[in-house]
Amino acid sequence: MIKAEQKPIDEILRSIDPYNKILLSGCGACVAVCHAGGEKEVGLLASALRMARKKIGKTIEVLEAAPARQCEPEFASELAETVEKVEAVVSIACGVGVQTLVRHFPKTPVFPGVNTTFLGETVMHGVWEERCQACGNCILEKTGGICPISRCAKQLFNGPCGGSSKGKCEIKRETDCAWQLIYDRLKTLGQLYKLEEIIPARRWGVESRDSGPRRIVREDLKV
Amino acid sequence: MKAGSNLEKILEKGLFAVTGELGPPKGNDVSVIKRKTDLLRGYVDAVNVTDNQTAIVRMSSIATSSLLIQMGLEPVMQMVTRDRNRIAIQSDIFGATALGIKNMLCLTGDHHTFGNQVDSKNVHDLDSIQLIDCVRTMRDQGTLLGGEEKIEGEIKLFIGAAENPFGDPFEFRATRLGKKVAAGVNFIQTQCIYDMNRFKEWMKMVRDRGLHEKVHILAGVTPLKSGGMARYMAKNVSGIIIPDEIIDRVVKAKKPAEEGIKICVEQIQELREIEGVHGIHIMAIEWEQMTSKITEMAGLLPRPKVE
Repeated sequence: MIKAEQKPIDEILRSIDPYNKILLSGCGACVAVCHAGGEKEVGLLASALRMARKKIGKTIEVLEAAPARQCEPEFASELAETVEKVEAVVSIACGVGVQTLVRHFPKTPVFPGVNTTFLGETVMHGVWEERCQACGNCILEKTGGICPISRCAKQLFNGPCGGSSKGKCEIKRETDCAWQLIYDRLKTLGQLYKLEEIIPARRWGVESRDSGPRRIVREDLKV
Repeated sequence: MKAGSNLEKILEKGLFAVTGELGPPKGNDVSVIKRKTDLLRGYVDAVNVTDNQTAIVRMSSIATSSLLIQMGLEPVMQMVTRDRNRIAIQSDIFGATALGIKNMLCLTGDHHTFGNQVDSKNVHDLDSIQLIDCVRTMRDQGTLLGGEEKIEGEIKLFIGAAENPFGDPFEFRATRLGKKVAAGVNFIQTQCIYDMNRFKEWMKMVRDRGLHEKVHILAGVTPLKSGGMARYMAKNVSGIIIPDEIIDRVVKAKKPAEEGIKICVEQIQELREIEGVHGIHIMAIEWEQMTSKITEMAGLLPRPKVE
């Protein structure tokens, strides 16, 4: 899922400084799971913003919402009536959610309240780690199901660099070396032969973000 | 002959090669290069010119290599994939070969967060093995990577790469060398060796795969200057293993630097005896003046003249 972290409150306060009535909108999906932008965080942040503004003698009215999935048009459009009543919106959904609101409400400023960080998984309560870069051509079949593009600091395709030591990455000693994980996994599966194959240069410029923003069109689903 | 460099000729004749290392200045002060070149000329067959090593911004390896040629010392131009995509890589290879550079070392490069431009975006369009394949394609097929388009002129490069027998997973290190050989590498320089047992074990795996007959392996050494340096490297540099007895020798020595040189010379003599080791790569970084002493003490002088 998409992971995010709340922005420093001072930064959010700066972006809403000119306004006296705003909507704070969270999202019930990914950002709720990582405790950055769900209904609970909307309530907490709304109170914090009200208090901060009251403290400087500039009270602010903060309306609250947390649609089930801010990035889906039908949920975003549910906010239309509320958005009519405010001068600006702060969204603590991911960057996608922010832009969905922007597309739906062309006349209302929308500010991000979180930094969208990565596509990752929960490894234990309160700890999330990056797992996918949405690179556009999955190679997990070749690497024992462990992604070196998202998990190796140098995105190496053909084995670990010289800095892999005792299972850890030299960049951050708390980070597992992706290639050690790949090696161990393929060894367990009896598939070490897979490491003999050279993975050729990637077609970044055709398959990935480097080709420009990507778009999926499914003719069978279009209405 | 792939490129006809001095290094290639020496290795192809079956002579024991010696390479050194030269770090370009953190600026455009050519006198630094001249001073280091004077310290190395005549004592090595070729010298690696590092490419912004440890991600510290320095004079480009291409420009420095070109200056070395003018000063009469053969360069091994290092190139890392950290800072260039394949457009820049291939363009730089055109330029480097036009300037007379004949040896190239293909590397991924130290991570940018170790250096002095930590806010930069790293590239890694290719990894080191894909870079080897790219250079081999340019040289042997006369085309760009993934393209049919013919290159104007000829790319003649003796292709090198690095390997670290002290990185993990250890069992994978010979497999990885095999991939580099399959990609087209001609010579390998290793990370600095202190743990002789582990190196010998790695060389055995290399020989078992027959790789020592397909690639020239130059064993890397770095003289230890002091007990502090030995301890620091052992503790803080990932992928370097220094056994305690070596650290102890330097720490307890009355003249640690002399002891470090002595250990280095002993290591060279031991490495020379290992089947498949075709040369030595001396990385006396910011201690270039010691290269002459080490090569002399190890009986590697005078360097052979080859036609």
